[in-house]
Amino acid sequence: MNFDFSDDQKQLRDQARKFLAEKCSPKAVRVVLDGKAPYDKELWKGLAEMGFLGVAIPEEFGGAGAGHLELCVIAEEMGRANAPVPFSSTVYLAAEALLIAGSDVQKKKWLPAIAAGEAIGTLALFEGKGNPSPKNIKLMAANGTLNGVKKPVADGAIADFAVVAARTGSSGRESDISLFLVDLKAGGVEVKNLTNLDPTRSQAEITFTNCKAELLGAAGEGWSILTQVLDRAAVLCAFEQVGGADRALEMGRDYALDRIAFGRQIGSFQAVKHMLADMYVSATLARSNSYYGAWALSTNAAELPEAAAAARISATQAFQHCAKNNIQVHGGMGFTWEFDCHMYYRRANAMALGLGSLSYWEDQLIDRMRKKNAA
Amino acid sequence: MNFDDTPQEAEFRATARAWISANAPKQYEEELRQSSLGRTQLKNANILEVAKAWQKKKADAGWACLHWPKEYGGRGASPIERVIWQQEEGPFGQLSRMFIIGHGMCGPTMMAFAREEHKRTYLPPLASGENVWCQLFSEPAGGSDVAGLRTRAEKDGDEWVINGQKIWTSGAHYSDYGILLTRTDPTVPKHKGLTMFFLDMKSPGVEVRPIKQASGASDFNEVYFTNVRIPDHQRLGEVGDGWNVSLTTLMNERSAIGAAVSTGFPELFEYCSSLMLDDGPAIEDRAVRSKLANWAVKASGLKYTSMRAISALSRGERPGPENSIGKLVAGSMIQDVATYALDLQGAAGVVSGPEDAEVAGRFQAMLLRAPGTRVEGGTDEIMRNIIAERVLGLPGDIRVDKDVPFNKIPTKGRN
Repeated sequence: MNFDFSDDQKQLRDQARKFLAEKCSPKAVRVVLDGKAPYDKELWKGLAEMGFLGVAIPEEFGGAGAGHLELCVIAEEMGRANAPVPFSSTVYLAAEALLIAGSDVQKKKWLPAIAAGEAIGTLALFEGKGNPSPKNIKLMAANGTLNGVKKPVADGAIADFAVVAARTGSSGRESDISLFLVDLKAGGVEVKNLTNLDPTRSQAEITFTNCKAELLGAAGEGWSILTQVLDRAAVLCAFEQVGGADRALEMGRDYALDRIAFGRQIGSFQAVKHMLADMYVSATLARSNSYYGAWALSTNAAELPEAAAAARISATQAFQHCAKNNIQVHGGMGFTWEFDCHMYYRRANAMALGLGSLSYWEDQLIDRMRKKNAA
Repeated sequence: MNFDDTPQEAEFRATARAWISANAPKQYEEELRQSSLGRTQLKNANILEVAKAWQKKKADAGWACLHWPKEYGGRGASPIERVIWQQEEGPFGQLSRMFIIGHGMCGPTMMAFAREEHKRTYLPPLASGENVWCQLFSEPAGGSDVAGLRTRAEKDGDEWVINGQKIWTSGAHYSDYGILLTRTDPTVPKHKGLTMFFLDMKSPGVEVRPIKQASGASDFNEVYFTNVRIPDHQRLGEVGDGWNVSLTTLMNERSAIGAAVSTGFPELFEYCSSLMLDDGPAIEDRAVRSKLANWAVKASGLKYTSMRAISALSRGERPGPENSIGKLVAGSMIQDVATYALDLQGAAGVVSGPEDAEVAGRFQAMLLRAPGTRVEGGTDEIMRNIIAERVLGLPGDIRVDKDVPFNKIPTKGRN
């Protein structure tokens, strides 16, 4: 049994960590946090040069042709560094949707551009409140044009193209939904920036008015494709969350060792020690669930839907838990803009919602476990 | 990343599987599979006798204490082979429970500190289950603070005379031998005045009294020592070095990797899958689903944490510290799971008799046994200290009694 990443994959992780430590310091993240740039363009370029953007994209489409396990270790480092770039929208959602359902022409048009850092993509799924569900999709598609509003769309204001979930029928079934590919620079769209929990990752409202769009995958297959995309993204995001959780735990641990109160290191008080021990427990459970998700993703196993939901829930909980208690360990200083704790708190809580909320994934997990037991 | 055996592992697994299939006491398989925390028993047989017979059969064929050297009754197997055996033994592994302390803690301590002739005499019958061993560490005045123990050992010629009391001794009532931690010098700080021995539990002056637990069952005992004489050659380690010897024992406890911990989740999921609530099936109720999902990811998180440790063993490496979370997570989880299962039963949850209760009272039995899981083998608080100090590198507790001679530590009137 080797339920672990290979030495080469671990080396890639070290390489990514080193690169991000240099190019994505908390100071660099703060440029975006403070609203001075919509995302870190230099970092984005660097990620392309390192081959990280196209690591799971096949060579024939301009990528490195490695695989999802390689993408997982990079995702972990992106989370650890709190990278202010549209990595998850472009790489986990848009690129994966293209890989699953794109025509040869569509893949050739967008995937090499993604790998080269020349195109930012995203998924336009949500329309206000609510979780992923066919009935929540009201945006209409007819005769190759879209009409309707999507919000929030992660990185919508900086994206070059979007995969848009649209309604092409009204039977009340999943087959009412189709996916479309939209060039956001070609007109028919109006984009509005939305103030959001995590300013290091922008959110937008996009209004489509007679906007030209081409089908991605077959008509009526949209929901089934979308489910696969979300499962893959759930695993990849889980690695980002695991990386973020580990970093928040480290920050808390380091501060507990450094800070003196009542004449001793605060890390010598059991109330603080036990809080940190519990954070370690959450982070460890999340990492192990995520490894299982990575295995299922990389082997395209029948277990993927269940493994993805478990990874998603566990990693969401761990990142939220570690990020909030990191602030608690820091005390008042942790609640200042100046300390970095709130960046992880913001990211943890924004990521908890991006692919559908915790309660949605809890529901999914139980459905999927029942299906497996019935089979 | 894969879950596949190496060719050698696959071969070992096939051999183990074939032997188990030909030799295991299959008539008890279903009952053992249905057992859960607080409820491991056989209807028509004495489980201790069944367990001893299975252990002896394994030993005769070379399948007992796999990782021990052959000359001491083991198989000389690798750590990963031991894990594979446990996986293949499946529900029959429940029968090893009465041997866990002897095999997991006493045996390794004997191997590290006993004289060669003692090892050859005592270890093979320990491996084969013919002798059962217990561990006599905890005392009324020293539970989590085990180095605060007070049982005295005084030298008298070639013998030591033991007086005092131990408590929480699992299985003392059916044990043949025990390892015993004593205080030999009360005038030095507490960790420095301890000495370890092994002894025959049938020695004159040893009295075992079962403790009736909160659950009503009796797994633990008080053990009283009145002028019990132990020959000096049964000393393990140097005089005054008992603390270090006991650390070896406790380290071995923690290295038992791959042993599945009970979380109660499979039992609860199965129960909820068929349970009808007032508004419909429990499994379709949103509140129930949310609870189940939260426990599901803890249970799977523990399972795959264990897989990561096993992978390290398979590569011939030492597993990382992540395995230390198992007991802490599972202990309080099984308590919560049992509480929730009863909540779903409404007022009927109060009925616990196997004949009248829901699913034969398995969740009531689990609830009543669960508090013990959070205390035995290191309380939740001690486990958190261990993670904080050994994994995260946080400072140890400030110990006010560290440099004080043991007999000068305040006791609030207790001795």
